[in-house]
Formats: sequence, structure tokens, C-alpha cells
Amino acid sequence: MPAALHIDQVSKSFGSLKALDGVSLEVAQGDFFALLGPNGAGKSTLIGCIAGLLQKDAGHIAVLGHDTVRAYRQARRHLGVVPQELVYDPFFTVEKMLRIQAGYFGCGRDSWPWIDELIEGLELGDKRESTLRALSGGMKRRVLIAQALVHRPPVVILDEPTAGVDVELRRGLWHFTRRLHDEGHTIVLTTHYLEEAESLCRNIAILDRGQVIARESTRDLLARHPYRFLEVKTGSQTLPETLQPLQVGGTQGQWELRLDKTRDDMGAVLDTLNSQAGGIRDVRTRDARLEDVFVEMTSREARR
Amino acid sequence: MSGLNWIGLRTLLAKEIGRFMKVAGQTITSPVITAVLYLVVFQQVLADRVEVYPGVDYVAFLIPGLIMMSVIQNAFANSASSLTQSKIMGNVVFILLPPLSALEIFLAFTGAAILRALLVGLVLYLVGWLFTPLPIAAPLHALTAAILAAGCLAVMGIIAGILADKFEHMAAFQNYLIMPLSFLSGVFYSVQDLPPFWAQASAFNPFFYMIDGLRHGFFGYSDAPGWLGLVVVAGFLALLSAIALTMLARGVRLRP
Repeated sequence: MPAALHIDQVSKSFGSLKALDGVSLEVAQGDFFALLGPNGAGKSTLIGCIAGLLQKDAGHIAVLGHDTVRAYRQARRHLGVVPQELVYDPFFTVEKMLRIQAGYFGCGRDSWPWIDELIEGLELGDKRESTLRALSGGMKRRVLIAQALVHRPPVVILDEPTAGVDVELRRGLWHFTRRLHDEGHTIVLTTHYLEEAESLCRNIAILDRGQVIARESTRDLLARHPYRFLEVKTGSQTLPETLQPLQVGGTQGQWELRLDKTRDDMGAVLDTLNSQAGGIRDVRTRDARLEDVFVEMTSREARR
Repeated sequence: MSGLNWIGLRTLLAKEIGRFMKVAGQTITSPVITAVLYLVVFQQVLADRVEVYPGVDYVAFLIPGLIMMSVIQNAFANSASSLTQSKIMGNVVFILLPPLSALEIFLAFTGAAILRALLVGLVLYLVGWLFTPLPIAAPLHALTAAILAAGCLAVMGIIAGILADKFEHMAAFQNYLIMPLSFLSGVFYSVQDLPPFWAQASAFNPFFYMIDGLRHGFFGYSDAPGWLGLVVVAGFLALLSAIALTMLARGVRLRP
């Protein structure tokens, strides 16, 4: 069974800037995959190369086994891309635009019932006859998602689909994306909302300065992280000197400490707080979140 | 890659036609009004003083020139502005993401631009009857000349649209290339009336053959032999098409 996406040693430069530097990745069919990275890491460049919007300098990309250059028609028929920018065609209505987009993919009238389903599924029913120009940003975003799905692509890439949309719409979009995944679509998304990637995605790749610095399952990535966090309220306003290297947040009696699971003993830390910080008033521990892993990894890369 | 994406091609063609028809006041009516204004002014000033071809009054001589000038300018404007606008607004991705080949994009943009140019030309021809009788001596020749000329400019519009990153770039093409070449190629006069050097220089100007070709269709005679005009313009179209198709296939400025 071919991979949904097979990316092999892909490089892309813009002048002297190496945006992608030998990126290799594989996304299995049916996966819910997050492509993460700080701004400028190369995520959108990689998506551009996959979608054929950019020409890679080296390497190969295949969508469900179809090379994106040699067999571009098949590759593009299997791929739906929601671009990051809120682009739209001002001349046409929502329904007309979706039918036009389906036509480009070679889908005729037989795709119209599916377009109706998309319009309903993305709650665009009352905007069907509105021109794109008249829609709010959130509505335009929904239309972009619908446009990416008009040809029922098995692989869907969403490039920051929730950037700049309100909480309600964001929830609605994730609900819709989950449904697509449940129906068998492979989903690849980039997002800066890491808690969403953590709860939605099965596998994660982190891209930094054009290179893949992590590629594993969300669970393994989180488990591999060596830290645990302790949020504690103490009677004293000062933190004992021996614990100060562990402090990552908080002030004046409310502290956030980061403990290395292999080195720092939780019991000893609590004892120190009890005896040297005026006693513990409240305490809470939490495991690492994706955000902690992400910051740790990308800042470690930056230090190199 | 086997076969054409016919539905894709048809859809893009229909969308491009829909785009200019939605703003027909700007894309059809406005150029007709401009041409009619030229006609009114030149009719008043020159009609009684100039006879370019024996037995053909100046207004009748002028109208095919104005029709071809409008055809030229509107064919160029259609594909150039559509592509440039799509690039600037970013919605060009809607045609770059689907499985549309360079040839399909080329044919759709060229076809829509030719149609707009012919529509403007046809309306202007009908309006021209209000000024003077306009029988066409060789209708097939006239239509072929108009289609070939519109094709050339539609393809030049695609090339300009690919190269232009902002509207100023497109306007530069229009103002410094298309307008002077169409004005200076015999819209208002016969090149036989030019000083010998400029009359001979016209032999190397494809725009002259476009205008001269349409006049041949209207009157049955022209400055250059009728067949030569069609051959030159067809050759020019083939050259421009090869350039545009190569640019589209290589993704110049569209798929950087």
C-alpha cells in the first residue's frame, strides 16, 4: 500500500535562503498528521512543493504513489490543499465557485450533490448565493476548505486552517476535520495551536530551519520528553536557592518548576519546599504538553 | 500524460468568459464607446478631406481599423488583467492546484480573450452601420484576420500576465507596447501615405498585417496582399504560442 505522502530528500532554496534542506517524510494512509515548526521553518514551502505550487530543487514527492511531477494529474486528483492565505475569487458566488473548482478537477454535474453536502457540512447553506467578496474571514476560510474537498481527495492538507478564526468556528472546523478523518481521509495539518495538534494528531513531524528534527507518534514524542512540571503555592515569597535552577515560571509564592524525571526527585523537591519555603499550600503536577516539547526541541536546535 | 482534461478546460474557459461578462459594462461597452468617440471626431474632422482607397469614404475606411484596434486592445487586456489580478489576489492557486495542463490553461485564457475581442468588434461593426453602410467583401477573410489577431494579443496578454507582478507592469505593456503599435499600424491611415522609410518599416510590423488583413476582408483590397497578412499573423501567433506554452509548462513566475 503506497504511503499517502512520500517525501524523499526534498530541497528548495529561495536565493541564498535554504527553505528546505533534504526533507524526508512519510505519511501513512489514514493518518492524522501534524507538521509543526516555528515561523519560517519551511512548512508552507514543503506544502507548496507537495501541491506543485513551488518547484523543488531536488528530491521526489509522491501522493499515494503518484509522482507530483511525472504523474502530476493523478497526484493532484488525490490531493486537496487548503492554503494558508485567505484567497478568494471576487466574481462568483459560493456555490458557483465550488462547482467551478470541481470542474477544474474534471468533475462534472455528478459532483454537485457532494458540493451540496460540503455546503451543509461547513454550515455555508445561507451563504450559497453570496459572492465571496461579501463573506467574513471565517466564512471565506470555510469556502477554502470546501474548495479543497470538491473532488473528494483521499489526502487533505490544511495549512493553518484555524489562523485568525474565532473559537466557535475553530471547534466547528476541527469537528469537520475529525469527521473527514473518520471517513477515511488522510489529514495533514499545520497549526500554531499545539494543544489542538496534540489532541487531534496521531503522528507529528517537527520542522525547523528546513530540516525534520522529530518524526514520531504524538504519544512517543510526549513520553520521550524528560520533564514533568510542578505548580506549587508556598507560604514564603522566596524560592529556596537549591530549587531556583528548576524554576520556569511563577513568582512570589506561586511557582512553576520543571523537574527532570531521571534526575530530580519529586519527594525531595516537595520536602525542600515544605521545610524551606514556608510550607506547601497547594500543589499540582502535570506531564509535558506538546508545547513544552516543541519549545524545548526548537530552542535546542536554535542553540546549536 | 494521455488526453486533455476536457471538463477542466471547458470549466476554465466558461469561468474566464463569466469573469468578463460579469463586468460587461467595463469589458464590452466601454471599449465600444471609446472607439465610437474616435469615429465621431475623425468623421467630423477628416471625412470630407481624405479618400484613402478609391471609392471608399474615410469613415468606411476607418471603421475596420477601429474594429481591429479594439480587438487588439481587448484581447490583450482580457488575458493580461485576468492573470495579473489572479496573481495579485492570490487566487491563481485555484487553477494551479488542479490537474490542469499548461495547454489547457493556455487554451482557456486564449479562447476567452478571443471571444471578448470578437464581441467588442462585432458590436462596434453593428454600431458602425449607423455611420455608413459596411458591407463585407470577404467575410471569411475578415473573420480569420480578426481571430488570428485576437489570438496573438490574447497570447501576448498571457505572457504579460505571467511576467507582471503588479498592475503597473501590465499597464506598462499596454501603454508602451500595445497602444503605440496598434495606433501606428494604419488604424487611421494607409501606410502607402507614409514616408517611404516608415512604409517599408511597416512590412516588419505584425500589427500592420492585422489591421490590413481586416481591411482586405472588408474591401477586397489592402496595402499588402491579403494572403500575406494572414500568413504573417498566423506565424506570429505560432511564435507567441510557443513562448507562452513554454513559460506555462516551466511554471515561470507562477510556480517559482
